[in-house]
Amino acid sequence: MDYTAVVLLQILYMIAFLALISAGLAVVFGMMRVINLAHGEFVMLGGYTTLACQRVGIDIWFAMLVIAPLVVGVVGLIVERLVIRFLYGRMIDTMLATWGLSLLLIGMVTFIFGSSAVNVPTPLPGYQLGEYQMGGYNLFIIGVTAVLYVAMWLVLRYTRWGLIARGAMQNPEIASALGYNPRTVYMVTFSIGAALSGLAGGVLAPLTGLLPASGGAYIAQAFIAVITGGAGAVIAGTLSSSVLFGVVSQIVSFAYTPVIGEIAMLALAIILLRLMPQGISGRFFRNSQ
Amino acid sequence: MSDAVVETIDLTMRFGGVTAVDRVNFALKERELRCLIGPNGAGKSTFFKCLTGQHRLSGANGRVLIRGADVVGMRPHEIVRMGVGIKTQVPSVLNGLTVMENLWLAARRAHGWTRATAEVQRVIDEVGLGDIARRTVGELAHGQRQMVEIGIVLAQDPWLILLDEPAAGITGAEVERLVTLIQQINQNASVIVVDHDMEFVRMLGARITVFYQGAVLTEGPAEQVLTDARVREVYIGNRA
Amino acid sequence: MKAWPSIGQMRWGWFLASAVVLLLLPVVTDTHTPTILLIWALFALSLGLMWGYAGLLSFGHSAYFGLGAYTYAIAVINIGESTAPVLLAIVIPAVVAAVIGAMMFYGRISDVYMGVITLVVTLILFKFMSATAGDQYAIGAARLGGFNGIPGFAVINIPGMPEVSLFGLPMYYIAVVSLLGCYLVSRWILARSFGRVLVGIRENEARCELLGYSVPAYKTAIFTISAAMAGLAGCLFANWAEIVTPGVFSLRSAAEVIIWTIVGGVGTLIGPVLGAMALGMVKLLLGEQTVIDNSLLLGLLLVIVVLAIPRGVVPALQGWWRGRTRFRAQRAGHRRGRPRASAPRGGSSGTSESKTSRPETTGSAHRVPQAGRS
Repeated sequence: MDYTAVVLLQILYMIAFLALISAGLAVVFGMMRVINLAHGEFVMLGGYTTLACQRVGIDIWFAMLVIAPLVVGVVGLIVERLVIRFLYGRMIDTMLATWGLSLLLIGMVTFIFGSSAVNVPTPLPGYQLGEYQMGGYNLFIIGVTAVLYVAMWLVLRYTRWGLIARGAMQNPEIASALGYNPRTVYMVTFSIGAALSGLAGGVLAPLTGLLPASGGAYIAQAFIAVITGGAGAVIAGTLSSSVLFGVVSQIVSFAYTPVIGEIAMLALAIILLRLMPQGISGRFFRNSQ
Repeated sequence: MSDAVVETIDLTMRFGGVTAVDRVNFALKERELRCLIGPNGAGKSTFFKCLTGQHRLSGANGRVLIRGADVVGMRPHEIVRMGVGIKTQVPSVLNGLTVMENLWLAARRAHGWTRATAEVQRVIDEVGLGDIARRTVGELAHGQRQMVEIGIVLAQDPWLILLDEPAAGITGAEVERLVTLIQQINQNASVIVVDHDMEFVRMLGARITVFYQGAVLTEGPAEQVLTDARVREVYIGNRA
Repeated sequence: MKAWPSIGQMRWGWFLASAVVLLLLPVVTDTHTPTILLIWALFALSLGLMWGYAGLLSFGHSAYFGLGAYTYAIAVINIGESTAPVLLAIVIPAVVAAVIGAMMFYGRISDVYMGVITLVVTLILFKFMSATAGDQYAIGAARLGGFNGIPGFAVINIPGMPEVSLFGLPMYYIAVVSLLGCYLVSRWILARSFGRVLVGIRENEARCELLGYSVPAYKTAIFTISAAMAGLAGCLFANWAEIVTPGVFSLRSAAEVIIWTIVGGVGTLIGPVLGAMALGMVKLLLGEQTVIDNSLLLGLLLVIVVLAIPRGVVPALQGWWRGRTRFRAQRAGHRRGRPRASAPRGGSSGTSESKTSRPETTGSAHRVPQAGRS
């Protein structure tokens, strides 16, 4: 019985993990059709920001929930102004340029922080579940992700900005037609996406340990989750794919090894991409957001 | 009608809740020239794409027979290999290559390496592309690109030619040239032309099938159809 | 029909001159570094052939490079003599590519999806190989070695004489011959109808379909050929490094070959070769110092190249050169038709801010080249 609870919690955590690291990429991809391969590095930057704040003595909750998103949001803004905005519509070029960006960011972080792994201590204690010792922080992650997605859904549904965003997702020219400068819309969207990535990184830092190269791990999984989710309905799509991948990878991990679990997830991604070119949202969620 | 080279039997195509083509029965005779007209959304382009294989059909869509063979489920390149030349609604040419290179690719597949060059020259003469033969297609004006695409189609020496809006975006003398060319190629090939340029259709003077709301409204010789009150009504929307 | 301006000609003068230079190089310098540069050049050539002329960008071409390397190592440990392993190192990546390629291309996926899938394939290989530490992970007598890889296998020997190892200078010549040979093969492919159809597919896939060509078949074929060449490069790499590690499958490796190709010039054969050699040299020099991080420079370079010279250095130079000669010709009163080297890119042509390409659409919408943009 306890074991089932443990497994379930692990699955939930995995789903939350995927959904969390994918949120920023999903927003940018869903709204702007931009595939930002530096997304993983944005997440990583969020982590390092939290680390830096913690070293200077700033409260860790504040650092991970406020400062990390802010800092990375600003970085995103700069990136959009300097690089992304010249490449709209050129999807492969954007992928290439952002790949270069990711290398650049890895280089910078290595330069500042060194290339060895650093740890940020977990600010929440563990707890007992039957005879298993669980990390309390995992619950926090699940909670944050849930709150984040609910917030995203509320914003998209009930705010003016959300309406513009949804319109732009359906039809790129809508922003102009409504009287909003599309450049501003894109700039803000990209920054928000970056901020979400930074939030993910900040929040995940205590759990995963920080390496300049950790972005690489995030990008692959986020990328897969977002593209299989599809660009049509960003929230529904990304959540669906996160659930699917989370469940599959954890079950396979428990049955075999974590590595096989990861590989199973990647293989499943290939199958899904091949079978559903529109993504999960294109196939099943045509009319939601 | 067993002497029909193109035939559709109860052809139906639906997108979501919209029936774009509604149980259309159509037949084209050997060496006939037929125009398909109709207002926007009437289903003529969808019908066209069903003939060319650009819409993937299944048995549920009805039957499409080309020279008696059922082509439902076939991909465009398989249909083309039966000797069908296709010009699409959106001009589909190879922009980064020259006119001659475009024509060569078309001729090569149909005629083989040794005859390709000669066929390219034949088409250049027939369509009148001599001045622009060495130009990169991407640099040409729209009307010229239309003619290049027709050249690409002709380079395959097809017995059945399907043209979707060949007169789009061209005017005046170019339209006359196009009409003459189509009538010329009709001497050896069966041709279906989809267009809604009424002047162009009138100049072609062929038998016309009028589409409206996915079905065939009427069909007949040009003068008869073009003066038909119902046809004017669906185009203009009032009783004239 | 003469050679297509869009594909370019075999320039025998340059080729023979380069061959002579390469063959005589050992007289003036040690061959250890030139060998790896040649190997990287071959790797880039394989990608450049597929990307530049068929418009297929693989984000994980390192998969086939790595497969070639690992196949050689595993096979030579098990077989003992090197002829079969070399052949296997070419064939196995080709077969894998054929399967994956067929799956992708007959499924008519878009080029964005192709990028994702190829990326994921190399990722899977990387993760798998990294996790194979321990004695139970072995193929025949070859332990896969996990993150540490497979060390200490025999280098290529003279066919039939396993005692005579070809390490050192002979290895260099094998690399030279491989590169020159694959270059010739590539030129030959491009001069055939096959190559011309590939270029047509790059320009407008839908139209090629409407001309009666089976587009997926052509794409799968070139993907396979490209993988075979990458596999050969990987095999040579294994022989040069005398160890194979999962790093051959890494994203870093995949990114590097793309950067080399793009900087050198997509749309030519010589561009990727030169790009790989130049940047490979830079990488080796940089690797020896720690002040400026390798990633930083490489990343910055990629960003700058994509923004400023999207077609790469060689085509930009060619364009500049043609512009100059045309100017001179015009001044002399002649009119010259200017055959343009196409700018094949996976991206779509939009210069405005409107987002035109949705990843769900099929390939042709993406591949309108930017020939008119320069």
